[in-house]
Amino acid sequence: MHIVVCIKQVPDSAQIRVHPVTNTIMRQGVPAIINPFDLFAIEEALRLKDRMGGKVTVITMGPPQAEDALRKAIAFGVDDVVLLTDRAFAGADTLATSFALAQAIRTIGAENPVDLVFTGKQTIDGDTAQVGPGIAKRMGLQLLTYVAAIDEVDLEQRSITVQRRSEGGVQVIRTQLPALITMLEGTNQIRFATMENMFRSARYVVPQWNKDRAGIEDASKIGLKGSPTVVSKVFAPKPKAIKAQMIDVSQGPKATAAALIDTLTSKSARLANELGLVAY
Amino acid sequence: MAEKFDAIVVGAGPAGNAAAYTLAKAGLNILQLERGETPGTKNVQGAILYADALERMIPDFRDDAPLERHIIEQRMWILDDRSFIGTNYRSDDFNSERPNRYTILRAPFDKWFSSKVKAVGGLVICETTVTELIKEGNKVIGVRTDRLGDDIYADVVILADGVNSLLATKSGFHKEIEAQNVALAVKEIHFMPQEVVESRFNIKGDEGVVIEIAGTVTHGMVGTAFLYTNKESITLGIGCMVSDFKNGNITPYAMLEELKAHPAIAPLLEGGEMKEYAAHLIPEGGYKAVPQLFGEGWMLVGDSAGLVNAVHREGSNLAMTSGRLAAETVITLKAAGLPCSAANLTRYKAAMDESFVMKDLRKYRELPGILHNNPHFFSVYPELLNRAAHTMLIVDGEDKHSKEKAIRKSFVQRRSLWGLMGDAYRMWRATR
Repeated sequence: MHIVVCIKQVPDSAQIRVHPVTNTIMRQGVPAIINPFDLFAIEEALRLKDRMGGKVTVITMGPPQAEDALRKAIAFGVDDVVLLTDRAFAGADTLATSFALAQAIRTIGAENPVDLVFTGKQTIDGDTAQVGPGIAKRMGLQLLTYVAAIDEVDLEQRSITVQRRSEGGVQVIRTQLPALITMLEGTNQIRFATMENMFRSARYVVPQWNKDRAGIEDASKIGLKGSPTVVSKVFAPKPKAIKAQMIDVSQGPKATAAALIDTLTSKSARLANELGLVAY
Repeated sequence: MAEKFDAIVVGAGPAGNAAAYTLAKAGLNILQLERGETPGTKNVQGAILYADALERMIPDFRDDAPLERHIIEQRMWILDDRSFIGTNYRSDDFNSERPNRYTILRAPFDKWFSSKVKAVGGLVICETTVTELIKEGNKVIGVRTDRLGDDIYADVVILADGVNSLLATKSGFHKEIEAQNVALAVKEIHFMPQEVVESRFNIKGDEGVVIEIAGTVTHGMVGTAFLYTNKESITLGIGCMVSDFKNGNITPYAMLEELKAHPAIAPLLEGGEMKEYAAHLIPEGGYKAVPQLFGEGWMLVGDSAGLVNAVHREGSNLAMTSGRLAAETVITLKAAGLPCSAANLTRYKAAMDESFVMKDLRKYRELPGILHNNPHFFSVYPELLNRAAHTMLIVDGEDKHSKEKAIRKSFVQRRSLWGLMGDAYRMWRATR
């Protein structure tokens, strides 16, 4: 089985600041990390490989320094990585990105057919959750979003059964391979790299693919040219300061608990209902 | 198959990077292990870079190293609670093409230094903690990490794992560091626009100012404070001996708050945004606290070996120099086909003794003990000096002779004539 995982190197949003005048993100000095949601995709792919054998290839599109993210993927134990990097890719929105990635995955698949593609649920910088579905659509893959668990992969039947988290419940879905899975966060925990893989990662030479190597002929579909998205306005939301509410605790724990419940349920009818405090 | 190297360097601070760089540049097959996510993420320093130690390894470091400001002015302040008395030395000579001292931020600087190690062929692995040294008899033959996998072997292991050097302690190379031999320093970095830093300190371009501070702010404990100008920020820190903190009644952060609120400091920080804070142990035991520096298959460098000159606030240069000398020892032995036995590694100790590192530490060998036993240096004198200056500067109809007499009296009252003479003698003996 051949699994391709798409990841993105993102600025660590926990440490990011917005420029007070231009409202753009100030990336300077902010460490670049693997998009945290993508780690669940990498781990799930590695677990499938552990279970069923095969190969895991990780791909990213980005500037040359994105090779750090790929090197990290090697440390986790993936077999191969590809860095799509070319000035022609610069300025890509989700449409152009999914085009480039889909084309590169096709090229990877020409050498070693791809059964499954994984992405994270979304990135923490763009937050669109569009690239995964975009790749699936372009490649004609079955699309499984917000997957919480993979129950079964049957390579003879070419089928996959997954649990998909949806509003109000869990769907168990079976579909055909090849498929694209966007992995939900919190569904697994990325492994602690072994020493052997740390050595492999430290010595690994990351292959860089330009648009030609990726098999992209139509340059109008990539980069800024292939990106119809227009940013009409950028603004930093004003931080909302909510004044802390004080609850008197002098009346003992019971009265304090009652006051606490009153305060909380008065703000949420649903919570009150679920606690059985309000009769409809 | 087990990995085997000519040398393993544990830690990627100034000492470890200097050792790894020197070894790799000489073509040795080396592995450097660092527990931080990238080199520098776990490392804390004031921080001043002394160019000379680095320049001996990387002569053109000024081309691309992330430096903040070169220092053109040094101030020494002695504070009492409301005032300070001090000296300034500022010289345009410090604006030479190859300045001698720079302020730096360690996170970017260490990352840069590590990139140089990689560029000359060193294998650097981060996020990996060495948990144990592997020994064969009493000879160190490799390391074990917190990661699953085989032991890693080397002809020599250079420990640059920092002030606590848990590995050296665990391996029985020296005892746990004692409270009276280690200072605890805390610092904050306050960011403000570059123009504000420059106007507050009367500097331009890459010029910078350093203020060394002592006085009543340490509550009579042995310790000092510092203020460094960076490009777009000001670093303010204070540290005292751990043994004093143990007996004292003030926490390090409370002391830093008091320093920040001091009327001489507060205006310099005004409007800044505190974005970074850190705490670190500094081995200040000096010459007498330096442990055995080498043994069968191992060497200690930098903070792990307690190589800090507390009097002149030098540490990273001692660290880099010791790392380089340790590496050069290994290179010499390798070239001669000799093993890294304790007998052969005495060359490292000899090189250290010949260098400024041990010479300077030896010069001040009595000082830590004297300061420890004479806390009034940090409480009584700052107050007396500030009062004296105040008395002389107030023009109130009292004649100067009477003022001088009053000042003399205040000194004798607080310290007695014998006390004053004794203090002078002790300081002379400790620093001669």
